[in-house]
Amino acid sequence: MSRASARERMGALLLIVPLLAFLAVFFLWPLWTMVRASVVDNTVSRVLPRTAAAIVSWDGQGLPPAQVHKALIEDLRQAEDQQALGETVRRLNSAVSGFRTLLTRTTNAVRDETNSGAIDLGDLDRRWKEPRFWLALREAVPPYTDRNLLAAVDMKRDAGGAIVSEDPGASANRLIMFRTFLVAAIVTLACATIGLPYAMLAAAVTGWKRTVLLLAVLVPLWTSLLVRTTAWFVLLQNEGLINGALQVLGITDGPLPLIFNRVGVVIAMTHVLLPFMVLPIYSVLLSVPRNLMQAAASMGAGPLRAFWRVLLPLSLPGLMSGSLLVYMVAIGYYITPALVGGANDQMISSVIAFYALGTANWGLAGALGVILLLVTMILYFIYGRLSKSPQLLGA
Amino acid sequence: MFRTAQTFFGLLVVTFLLMPIVAILPLAFTSSVFLTYPIEEYSLRWFVELTTADAWRLSIMNSLIIGLGATLLSTVLGTLAALGLRTKALPFANLLRTMFLLPMVVPAVVLGVGMQMLFVNLGVASTYPGVIIAHAVLCVPFVIVSVSASLQGIDPSVEKAASSLGASPVKVFRRVTLPLALPGIISGAVFAFATSLDEVVITLFVAGPNQRTLARQMFSSIRENISPTVVAAALLLIIGTLCLGGLAALLRWRQERIALRAAP
Repeated sequence: MSRASARERMGALLLIVPLLAFLAVFFLWPLWTMVRASVVDNTVSRVLPRTAAAIVSWDGQGLPPAQVHKALIEDLRQAEDQQALGETVRRLNSAVSGFRTLLTRTTNAVRDETNSGAIDLGDLDRRWKEPRFWLALREAVPPYTDRNLLAAVDMKRDAGGAIVSEDPGASANRLIMFRTFLVAAIVTLACATIGLPYAMLAAAVTGWKRTVLLLAVLVPLWTSLLVRTTAWFVLLQNEGLINGALQVLGITDGPLPLIFNRVGVVIAMTHVLLPFMVLPIYSVLLSVPRNLMQAAASMGAGPLRAFWRVLLPLSLPGLMSGSLLVYMVAIGYYITPALVGGANDQMISSVIAFYALGTANWGLAGALGVILLLVTMILYFIYGRLSKSPQLLGA
Repeated sequence: MFRTAQTFFGLLVVTFLLMPIVAILPLAFTSSVFLTYPIEEYSLRWFVELTTADAWRLSIMNSLIIGLGATLLSTVLGTLAALGLRTKALPFANLLRTMFLLPMVVPAVVLGVGMQMLFVNLGVASTYPGVIIAHAVLCVPFVIVSVSASLQGIDPSVEKAASSLGASPVKVFRRVTLPLALPGIISGAVFAFATSLDEVVITLFVAGPNQRTLARQMFSSIRENISPTVVAAALLLIIGTLCLGGLAALLRWRQERIALRAAP
């Protein structure tokens, strides 16, 4: 390699390094933090380090050996961080109820007694003679857990460690995931049904007609998402324009329920995502020679046949990338379902936001986030393969 | 028959696309507290509310501060990187480009959860720098795409000519490359600002009550208690976006005229 190109390469690297470092710290690191939060569980092992080390040697049969008892007494005596201790108690109590009183009582007793060798846990509280408390402790100490990832798909480990389904009714994550994929599919279908003929029309006409058709797609794309959602909120409400028009025209007597339900979510999301369907199909159709349809007609194909055998196959690549794009964006949607949807239309993003902002359950929020991230990345990979340049529209 | 159906379908979709945006704007001027037609009386009370109520005024200020900060940060970093990506000798150029575009793809809620956790640990949660950084991450892809496109349009022979006439690499960059790339940089900055202005989800996760942006304020007032102030704010956003778009177009046009005059 010549010296000039080596210098050029160095220069290019220097230009890229600032952004690379910025995104590594403020983009990749947050994602990594979230992935870690979904599998790391050091609440208990941080507060009870000796117990965590000692209990590993216990095979889970009968009661743990004396050294585990000793380690627990020592850990409880030395635990200073009250907040961390409280989190540990909560975590253990959610596994076996009764742990809260048991640990509080034990901690107080251990701290009052100066001679730690004299304490016998079984005498202190009879519950320490029950293996289930020790088993719960043993299960809670490993620093890595699949608990959150399993809970994200409504599964759990039973007492024996086998993976089983969560009791029906205990959690609705599977239902919400299914709903997310369903709503995204309906929206994609709606966008394709409207977007394909619209893009064909835009490619077929010329002059001011084409300008109008394209502007109608671009203006919403550049209007704030919040403005568009506000608009649908105002239009769809019971006293809104749509219901008003329907009643004035005598089509309905009372207001149709259009907002806070699935109908409203699908309408608003279709409006927001339609440009992402129209533009890829349109750009594919632009590269189709105009005389191809004429050629088909001259060879005896009727308009319908020419459409079916010539235009539709040619627009398929655009339809594929448009559909992938719409579906990919739709499954991660938060704002529109949150504002226009009802309680039964909340998608996976809303649940993630609920766990993160509402209950501060980082583990579960992270696990659901990992699933959403994985699905999105797989779709993006396929999209990148299909449309050779991995660029998104709207940019 | 087919023609009529075509025209009807076209009109129908155009209406579906544009009607919602057009239909709500007059409601910003209603004097009623309800967002319903017909408008009995027109007034500017909701604009007064927008500019005097503390929550709204603060949120407009915050949007401007955070928007300008995020635009500056993302435009500088993005432009430098786009210049670097231009060099053919760069290894893994495609991989790097894909990574720079990823913030546009990752669902906002996912990134928001991660940022919230990390920012708390780093001590920048609920601070202006934290929100500016978070917005800048989302703006970077737009700057990269826009600047890269304008750099692609530069004929390499122009730069070669400049250096063969004795200009140093720095001078070539300053006098030839930068002016030619400027329209792309400016439209990248406009996209970045618009992105920051419209951002809600990440803001929900990383901003505190003191960094409430206009979009965030609109989101919570639609959720809790919608009033025509939201529509007034929407009108403000639309006008703001239009002005920015117009400014970018104007600068681009002037740039092209200068370029034409310089190269007769």
